[in-house]
Amino acid sequence: MEALVASAIGLLTAVGIYMMLRLRTFPVILGLTFLSYAVNLFIFVSGRLTVNAAPIIGRTEPYADPLPQALVLTAIVISFGMTAVLMIMAIGGNLEAGHDRVNMSDTDDDTPEVQS
Amino acid sequence: MMMSHWIIAPVVLPALVAALMVITMRGDLVLQRVAGVASTLMLTGIALALLWAATTAPPEAYFLGDWPAPFGIVLVLDRLSALMVALLALLALAVVLYAIGSGWDTKGAHFHPLLQFLLMGIGGAFLTGDAFNLFVFFEVLLIASYGLMVHAGGGTRTRAGIQYVAFNLVGSSLFLIALSLVYAVTGTLNMADLAVKLPTLPEGDAALVRVAAVMLILVFAIKGALVPLQFWLPGTYANAPGVVAAMFAVMTKVGAYATIRFGTLVFPPSLSATGDLLSSLILPAGLVTLVVGAIGVLGASTLPRLVAFGAIASMGTAFIAIGAFTPATTAAALYYIVHSTLATAALFLVADLVTRRRAHPRLEGTAPPIAQSGLIASLYLAAAVAMAGMPPLSGFIGKLLILDAFRDQTALVWSTILGSSFLMILGYARAGSRVFWKASALEAQPNDTRAEPLAFAATIGLLVALAGLTVLAGPITDWLTDTAAALYAPDGYITANQLGQKG
Repeated sequence: MEALVASAIGLLTAVGIYMMLRLRTFPVILGLTFLSYAVNLFIFVSGRLTVNAAPIIGRTEPYADPLPQALVLTAIVISFGMTAVLMIMAIGGNLEAGHDRVNMSDTDDDTPEVQS
Repeated sequence: MMMSHWIIAPVVLPALVAALMVITMRGDLVLQRVAGVASTLMLTGIALALLWAATTAPPEAYFLGDWPAPFGIVLVLDRLSALMVALLALLALAVVLYAIGSGWDTKGAHFHPLLQFLLMGIGGAFLTGDAFNLFVFFEVLLIASYGLMVHAGGGTRTRAGIQYVAFNLVGSSLFLIALSLVYAVTGTLNMADLAVKLPTLPEGDAALVRVAAVMLILVFAIKGALVPLQFWLPGTYANAPGVVAAMFAVMTKVGAYATIRFGTLVFPPSLSATGDLLSSLILPAGLVTLVVGAIGVLGASTLPRLVAFGAIASMGTAFIAIGAFTPATTAAALYYIVHSTLATAALFLVADLVTRRRAHPRLEGTAPPIAQSGLIASLYLAAAVAMAGMPPLSGFIGKLLILDAFRDQTALVWSTILGSSFLMILGYARAGSRVFWKASALEAQPNDTRAEPLAFAATIGLLVALAGLTVLAGPITDWLTDTAAALYAPDGYITANQLGQKG
């Protein structure tokens, strides 16, 4: 089971990094999502892998470590929120610029509008 | 326990005020301004009281929900965290006043609530004594900074914001992996508990500890814009609204603070698993960062971009001093961090005064003279003198302290710091002469004559704070020397957590 979980984390990370290096915002967001899945799994197994074990002392022996489960909940909520923010910003950037390329050319950099 | 519940006030106060602003003051800018200034003033008062408490009493912990450490989350007030919160509050005061004076807060919704949420996140990151809680506060400050970064909108700014968000999401993933590694090895995330448990780990876990330490330092290096992870900073800071860029000056210091905290408490040089691993990575990276920043200052195409590279150079200088991990260098680093936060913010505000009045932001080519050119030029001169590290302002003293702490490494450190200072003086002088002198050679009249007394007062206030830092350099460095000594003897910090004693 360790090998299965480890290779799953590795595969998710690889897919995430590959898609993150694309030049359009949508694949980048998907890549970040895959990366956060990999991270969430990794946090979860940092309390060691246990089968059929309750995260409560006294119910089963050995018991599962409850803390990583709490941590991963926090991480899931945060990465979910961050992805939503990035999605909204990507839509905004797409609407304002007319394309969804991630890279910025030299001509459109550094010209914050001067408002009076 | 003198301060007890006040320790959490720098987190709770901005959070409550921000929520109140969003719910009850929606669309009422006057009320939001009043609440923003009031909250920041109160935060400043609380921060100064905490600073006094941390000076006179040993470190003190605040147990959230009264859960005992290491099971619950603790906030710990010591001299370092109190100093950083006070610095944050002072900067926030100038930024709020500038935003009101310059009208930046009228150019988009929710400027003041977002700023309060940012204060909550940064204040919490400075105070927390729990590594996972540090991650959570990082995310709080980041999500507020995303909103502030794209404040007032615009296609370029939004697209620069997407890069900033994507880059920081990767940083957050790294942070989580590092924290899981730490937890998998030690079974705790309380920083004081880590400091106790890490030296007792078996030899076989040393490799995992080293991986976790390096990944944590990578995350802090992203925050602190350390080469090779600095490339997000110029685009972000140059495209953010000027007043937001000034506030971001303290965000890079969160990375510096976390590096100091972890490098002295969790992974001190005496820990056999990591040893001098951290300093062997940070010190060279700091030197390269300084050189990259100085070259960027010399070659920048716009004034905001110039200041952004100045910020990178100042982080390089700070990380050189942090990376040595000795009490003397850490004291010098702390002085320089306080100085460079105020100086970078002041220079960003001056750059914003210029770019909002000037026909175009580029340094090449001329533009008609700007309104109040004489006053802005002298503010630019003062801020640039501070940033470049020339006498009489505190940048000179800060660099002098760092040079003095590196007496044994003159060849490399002294030549890099002095050479880069020379490049930066050239860069600031070039930009200043192009913006102010070439314009006055044109006979045109300024077309924009806004007075903005409050914006000028905020900028001058930051410069006055720099002057105060210079005049009081003696007592301040004595205080910082004691602070650095306490960091390298963290018994007080660990005792405050009452590990395993609290029932």
